[in-house]
Formats: sequence, structure tokens, C-alpha cells
Amino acid sequence: MSLRTFKKGGVHPPEQKLSADRPIEQLALPPKVIIPLSQHIGAPATIMVAKGDHVRVGQLIAQSGGFVSANIHASASGTVESVEPVADGTGYRRPAITIAVAGDEWMEGIDRSPTLAHDPGLAPNDILARIAEAGIVGLGGATFPTHVKLTIPTGKQANILIINAVECEPYLTSDPRVMLERGPEIMEGIALLMRAIGVSRAVVGIENNKPDAIAHLEQLAHERSGVEVQPLRVKYPQGGEKMLIKAIMGREVPSGGLPIDVGAVVVNVGTALAVYEAVLKRKPMVERVVTVTGKSLQRPSNFMVRIGTPVSALIEAAGGLPNDTGKIISGGPMMGKALLSTDVAVTKGTSGIVVLPQPEALKQKPQTCIRCARCVSACPLGLEPYLFARLSQHGRFADMEVERVMDCMECGSCFYTCPARVSLLDYIKLGKNEVGALIRARNAKK
Amino acid sequence: MNPIILYSALILAGLGAILAMVLYLVANKFKVEEDPRIDEVESVLPGANCGGCGYPGCRGFADAFVKSDNPSAMFCPVGGNKAMEAAAAIMGLSIAAKEPQVAVVRCAGSPAKRPRTAVYDSAPSCKLAATLFAGDTGCPFGCLGLGDCVRACKFDAIGIAPTTLLPVVDEERCTACGACSTACPKQVIEIRKKGAKGRRVFVSCINRDKGGVARKACGAACIGCGKCAKVCPFGAITVEQNLAYISFEQCKACRKCVSECPTGAIHEVNFPARKPTEAPAEAVSTTA
Amino acid sequence: MDNKQLAVSLSPHVQGPHTTQKLMLNVVLALMPAMAVSLFYFGIGTLIVTLISVGSCVLFEYLIQRFVLRVKPTVGDLSAVVTGIILAFNVPSNLPWYIVVLGALVAIGMAKMSFGGLGNNIFNPAIVARVFLLISFPVQMTSWPLPIESRLQYTDALTGATPLALLKEGLGKGQSVAQIDLPSHMDMFMGLMGGSLGEVSALALLIGMVWLLATRTITWHIPVSIIGTVLVLTGAMWLIAPDTHASPLFHLLTGGLLLGAIFMATDYVTSPMHPSGMWVYGIGIGLLTVVIRVWGSYPEGMSFAILIMNGAVPLINRYMKPKRFGERRADK
Repeated sequence: MSLRTFKKGGVHPPEQKLSADRPIEQLALPPKVIIPLSQHIGAPATIMVAKGDHVRVGQLIAQSGGFVSANIHASASGTVESVEPVADGTGYRRPAITIAVAGDEWMEGIDRSPTLAHDPGLAPNDILARIAEAGIVGLGGATFPTHVKLTIPTGKQANILIINAVECEPYLTSDPRVMLERGPEIMEGIALLMRAIGVSRAVVGIENNKPDAIAHLEQLAHERSGVEVQPLRVKYPQGGEKMLIKAIMGREVPSGGLPIDVGAVVVNVGTALAVYEAVLKRKPMVERVVTVTGKSLQRPSNFMVRIGTPVSALIEAAGGLPNDTGKIISGGPMMGKALLSTDVAVTKGTSGIVVLPQPEALKQKPQTCIRCARCVSACPLGLEPYLFARLSQHGRFADMEVERVMDCMECGSCFYTCPARVSLLDYIKLGKNEVGALIRARNAKK
Repeated sequence: MNPIILYSALILAGLGAILAMVLYLVANKFKVEEDPRIDEVESVLPGANCGGCGYPGCRGFADAFVKSDNPSAMFCPVGGNKAMEAAAAIMGLSIAAKEPQVAVVRCAGSPAKRPRTAVYDSAPSCKLAATLFAGDTGCPFGCLGLGDCVRACKFDAIGIAPTTLLPVVDEERCTACGACSTACPKQVIEIRKKGAKGRRVFVSCINRDKGGVARKACGAACIGCGKCAKVCPFGAITVEQNLAYISFEQCKACRKCVSECPTGAIHEVNFPARKPTEAPAEAVSTTA
Repeated sequence: MDNKQLAVSLSPHVQGPHTTQKLMLNVVLALMPAMAVSLFYFGIGTLIVTLISVGSCVLFEYLIQRFVLRVKPTVGDLSAVVTGIILAFNVPSNLPWYIVVLGALVAIGMAKMSFGGLGNNIFNPAIVARVFLLISFPVQMTSWPLPIESRLQYTDALTGATPLALLKEGLGKGQSVAQIDLPSHMDMFMGLMGGSLGEVSALALLIGMVWLLATRTITWHIPVSIIGTVLVLTGAMWLIAPDTHASPLFHLLTGGLLLGAIFMATDYVTSPMHPSGMWVYGIGIGLLTVVIRVWGSYPEGMSFAILIMNGAVPLINRYMKPKRFGERRADK
């Protein structure tokens, strides 16, 4: 078994997969769900219900608000309590629908039985339409609407489907759990995705710290033509699309380009399962698997959670918030977002909740850069983070653009590896915001 | 004489003469004809190159001023009326004097009034913090206190007070160039007219949350109750989106609203001290 | 939850194991084998010079930061300790104490702090100090105590010349390499020869290099490119004219080549940021070293070569960029 990986850069943070052996548990319905209208990249969805309306699980409550956008469905049955903005993890108030939960009444036509459904031979367009209807977005964390990703632009051709089952973030374990427990469904989902984009080859990339998942999927893949499993050497950020394509195909997505430019479409393994459920079971995206973990947490777990459930309910189910909590992260510790409070809803993009204890929660004090060049070697994209930090601090944003700051995918390898603890990614992010504004201003002039 | 010295001197002298001629010819060939008034206007400008006028430096302003169809619409906030009069005189114009302005910080959320709810732990930049989070307090509108305005100020006229963690403007030094106002991602700082003898009244809050929410987050917040608007005899105060705003033009600085405000969000500046019982201590201390 | 304040920040929320202090400590540890050898050969002189050098470097750094720059002193990062040890390694073990103190002042005050402290200096502080001392005190800086015999003496030690100086002198007299009385390769490998305090034992320095590479404190590019260049150039000359040129092995083992290649040229602050730049830098140092040794008036060229290439580092960083991921050829 030959292990592949991407060539340049990367780091290897301690894996800390505390919840790897915990089967997925169904979390009880909360008394109230808060469903934000912007759970995906792109335009927010437009509200279709009013205060006081009765809704059922799976009912469309907000419609896709543009080409790059996604439908949003009620994840619980009950009464719409409010359609007012609610503060999210950043503290800013954003449009949302709050539902007071009563019972668990589902829409007709949704098949909730565990029996494995088989593809009746749907046309690619039907598959795409059903995915769009169900409001499926990428579950890896980037939340790009899946039907948009699967729509191959004219003039391009997809040759390969890559299933991203890398889960390179420390702590998170939802992907391997899904692979172990829902393998046959994932395979159906992969077959549907292959049909949708018209390819005959699919590769599932899994890092070799999950040997059971690799073995399980390899066994299932034998029964299907065109699907193979590629074990990968453990290295962060292999879960990034560009890195995964480099690892599996040996090709580099051009700067500023998309995976389709090298003939690849990358879909997260959890998304493949959601696609199966959306297309063959007609189940919209109303729940997802969330890893709740942390060193001080009593019971690190993997939960199947309805969208809109407050994070506090998840932490409660995992044994309650530890006394030494210093930081709560939505997502993994390398790229996740710190939350201002636990009264925040789980969204389609919430792959995990990581609770960091106090001593590790605060970053170490930054010292001066000693120019050790570790950030340059760690950057998988061949950028120079130390230079970005310097330029950003001096407000030289035009120079940052020349140095290709917009290529940065914010994986954070540079900051992770920096011995002087310089806030490299902070300054890069600041620079990216400014350069983005510069580019927008330039485009507006044209 | 030693021939080496002689030759060296001759060669160098010759070289110098030739190069001087080349320089002269090139300078003549590429000479740019410029309106001499641009130089004159530039010379009466302060020369701080702060960009407060919206042009790239004083030269840019002078250039635009001379070429402008309507120079009276332009203003150098740093040089003020004096510089503008001089500049207008060069052009043979006269320009109406503008009232002096000053940067005003519209947030009074000191830690005592606005308890911290989180610890911000990234690079000290308001711009970055504002893209990541609403702030480290319950108020998503107010000052973040990380000093982008301080770094933007070319005149050393603004600083973060150690106790209130809020920016404090030095009125003597402030030229109202507006750099701090532009730098602030929360639009906390307003460029406002200074007022006669520097006396002015303003709402020191920009929280647009409903009263209860705002008050819970910050004891000094404007809760949009509208009492000030009712008490104002001149109709200078409007309340929009739960936030009061005092129009400088209509305000006669009677200060009735100041004592009416239940949270002390309306500040008065540079007035002689009132009778001790009425003076809201907060108002004086934050505008030192 | 109300009483607790959560920390909020941009990702990543975890940090790697390396810190500046740990990296510097690795360098200090890597220097210890050479230190031990030096103690064995030069005895008390080594101890005195090293302690004075380290002590005064740390003291000057503290004083300058505390009272001149008025910042919080950062002597805890151990960078001054490294500078102190490397400076001591670059001088003879019989150097009078006041010269060592002066060297430390030049290293920390002139070469490091005047540029803004750690991370901002262009030139390697220890080498600046060494070159300053070499020019200011040529006699004291080139009278090398004899190993073993002078263990118990400090400034009154018996002195001799370094192999490189012997070579240069002999060649100058018109002798062939074979006629010059040079130490055996084995002696030079173990360090039994005259020389600066820490440069003598190739074995000990190589052990240090293994430690630095194993702990990933440095990468292999700079040492390998320097040593490789020197071996190739001196090897070619030796093959062409063995009478007038010493063997590449002789060049490798003498004159602080290994000390420079492993510990001084690899100084983070003053070396390039990217492997391709490190190659340019390393080859430049190797080339200049050989040029100075063979044709220059000084017998030893490592320090000058590193200093010159230090000056070129900003330029190297400007032009030797890493290959950007997904770079399109048409863009270039």
C-alpha cells in the first residue's frame, strides 16, 4: 500500500482524536432551534415563513437567494417564534428563523427508514435538481453549495471525482465515524455523484491514521467499478482541496483557479452521504454529525444533531462545560472559529465543537521574528508568511497582492510552526481583507 | 607639476563639463510646464501630507485647487481657514470661512460601564477584530479599543486612555483631517464642528440595539428613549433605530438634554462647570 | 457561563512545540561537544574566555534593552548566550579578558542592538565582533595557544600557529605542501592543533550538526552547500597542482570551516529564508572562503565570507522566492 501526500510544506499537529471510538448518537431535540439564513457561502436565503406559522421537519422555510446559495429547511416541527436577527458566534446579529419545537412531525415523501435505497437510474440533471432542492452544502466546513460545485462550467470537463475523507484537523472524528457506520450509503452517494458529473473514476482519499475506515471502504469499493481508496500519509492541511488533488493526482490547481481546471471535483465524504439521502431518500439537510470534544470534556462524542440546536445542548450532552474552559471552537483547532458564547446554533458547516482548557486557550505571547524560515517551509502553497506579516504591519497591501496573498487558504501552518509566536495569520487575514477591497475597487472601476 | 595630477584634474574637469551639458540639455528637453501658482499654493499649505483633504499630499491638493472649477468647495482641514484664505488670495478669489471641526469619539463604554465578556486574543488591530467578532463586550457597535485611530493619526492628537480604554482626542492638536474616522471600522469617530469656544453637546454612543439590549451591554448606552428629543426646544435631536443624534446646526447648546438623559449618554464639552449637584461626572472626565 | 470570559481569536488555536528559546537551547546543546573538546585541550583558558564572553553578551543585551532602548529585556530567549558562546569559539583561548568584553560589546551593541535587536540585524553579531577584534588586535587574535601543554595557563600560554597559517607561510617561502610540517588529518579531525577555542575539533562539531539536524533546528542546505563548494573547489585545485595546494580534506578540517558552516552561516537572522536562496548563500560562502584562503592575504577566510554573504541576504531573499503552488508559467 503506497502512501501518497502533497509534496511541499505542511505540519503535523498532535491528532487528539479523543472521540474516534464513539459511535454516532442521536441527540435529543432541543426546545428551540435557531436556523440562520446564511449557512453557506454565497447569498443568504430568503425567508418564506412568517412568525406564528406552523412548520414540519423538512419543510422549505427559506429559498436559495441566488445562483450561489442554498435552500434551508425546517429542522424541527413546531411554530415559527421569530424571524428576527440573532447573534451568531461572532456576536453580530444575522438574519435567522427561530422555531419553538413541538413534536417531531416530518414532511411526507421523506424516507426515514434505514433500508439501503438503490439508484433507479436518474439522469444527471435530476440528481443535481434533487441536491439543490435539499439544500446540500459542503460539510467539510467551507459550506459551498454542492449543486453549484457539481455544475461543470461549459468548456470544462471533469475526469475524476475525489472524495475528501482526510479529516486532517486534530480532534475531529465525524468523517471516520460516518465512514464506519454508513459505508454502503456513502458508496451509493459516490455513484450518484459520479453520474452527476459524468466521470467513471472516483478516489476516496483517507489519511492512514484511520486504518479501520480505509479497510472498510476498500472492501466496499471492491464491489463497485471505478471507485478506489487511496491511503494518504498524515499531514495537515491535506484536507484542503488543492492539497488533496496534489496528493492524489500529482497536479497543481492553478493559482486563482478551481479544481475543475485540472479535471477534478472534490466532495467531502459526509456530503456524499447527504447526497445519497437527498437524492434517494428525499431527505433535505436538516441534521448533521458533529464531533463534540476536548481534553477536559467528560464524554467526547459524535452526535447526529438537528441544524439549529444550540451548542450548549451539545456540550451538555457531552458531560457539561468543564470548569477550566478557556475557548470554544466551532470546527477544528487549526481552522475553526472561536465562539463568543455557547448560545449559538449548529449550522450546516459545524463539523465539530472543540473545548480548549484555559492554559492552551490563550496564544503564547508574540516575540520578534527571528527569520528562521520555518513558516516558509511550512506553507504548502509556497508563500512567504513572514513577508506578509511585515508588509501587512506596514500597510503595504499592494505589495502583498504581488506576493500572492490571495492564494493563501488560511490553513494556519505558518502560525502553528512559528517559534516566535508571531501572529502571522492575523496579519495575513488583515492583508487579505485589504487586498480584497483593493481588487473590488479596481474591478468596480473597470 | 606632476603629470598624474594634471591629467586627473583635466579629465575630471572635462568629464564634469560634458555631464553638465548633458544634464542641461536633458532637463530642457523633458521640462514640464507647470502653473507656477501650484507651487505658491503648496507653499501656504501645512505640508503635513496627511491626505485629510482627500488628495495625495499637499502637492496633490494644490494641483487640484489651482485646476478646480470650484475651488471654494475644497478645504484643507489642517491649515484651516488661514491656509485657505492665503490659497484663495493666490488665485485672486475669496472663500467663505469654514467653522473649525474636531474628531469626536462617540462611545463611552469604559470597562466600568461596559463589562468585558470575552478576551480578544489576536493581533492588535480594530479592523481585524471587527471582521472576526462584534467585540469583546456585549455591545456590537462600540469602540474596540485596539487603537487603529491612534496609528492613523499623523498629528499625535489621539490616544487610548489607560483607564477607560477609549480614545481621547487632544483638541489642540486635532486638525479634523478625518484619518481616524476613516480608520475606525466601527465608525465610532465623527468629525464634528467644534462649536463656539469649543462648546458642544453630542450623543456619545452609536448603539442601535433596542433599549433593553443596549442597556444590558453598556451602562452608558443610548437606549433610544427619546426623552432628549422631547425636551429639546429646537428640534435638534432625532431618534432613529433606537439611537439619538444631535444635529449641530440646530443645537443651541442649551444642555437641557444632558440632564434629561437617563444613562448619561449625552456629553457636554468645554462648558464652565455647573452647580456641583447637576454635573454628570462622566461627561467631563471622558473628554479631557 | 456568565462569570467566565472565553478567549476569542483567529485560528489556528493550537501552536507547535518549537519556541525561540528551545531552538536557541538546541544550538547551545549542539555547541557543547566542541566545548568539551576545547576544555580538554585548552583547559582553563577556554573556561575563562567562554564565561566572560557569555556573561558580558547577556549583560550588555540586558543593559542596552533596559536602559537604552527602554524595552522589556528578552535575554530569556538565549540568543545572547548563543552569540556569547560562538564569539568565544572564534577567539584564541588565551585572549585577555578585556578584549573579550570589548568583543561582546561590539557583537551585542553594534552588530545586534543598533539594528533593532534579535531578528533585525543584517550581520552575524559574533562574526562582526571577531572581525573587529582581528583587525584591532591582530597580535592577540593570532597567537594560538598550543593544545594540551597550555591547559593550566591562561594568557601566559605557549603559543603556535594554525595549520592554515603554517601552510600560507610555507607556500610563501616557496615550499611545496609536502615539505610543510602540518598536523596529521587524524589530529586535525580530533582537534589536536592550534586554533580558535571552538573550531579545532571537526568530530565534535559534526556531532553538534547531527543534533541540530535531528532536532530540526536547522536544515541541511547551508552546511552542505558550503562544505560541498569548498571540497569541490579545493579538490579541483589539488588535483591540478598538488604541490601548491593542500588537499580538500585539509581545508575541510581547518580554519573554522565546519564551525562556520554549521553554526555561524546557519544563524537564522542573517541567512536566507528559502532553500534555493540557501544554496546561493552557501555556494557564495564556500567560494569566497576558498578565494580568500588561496589568494588572499589572510590565511583564513570563513568569517569574511560569511559577513559578505550576510550582506547579500536581503537581495537573495528578494529574488530567490519559493515556487508558488499552482503558478502558471504565463504569469512569469
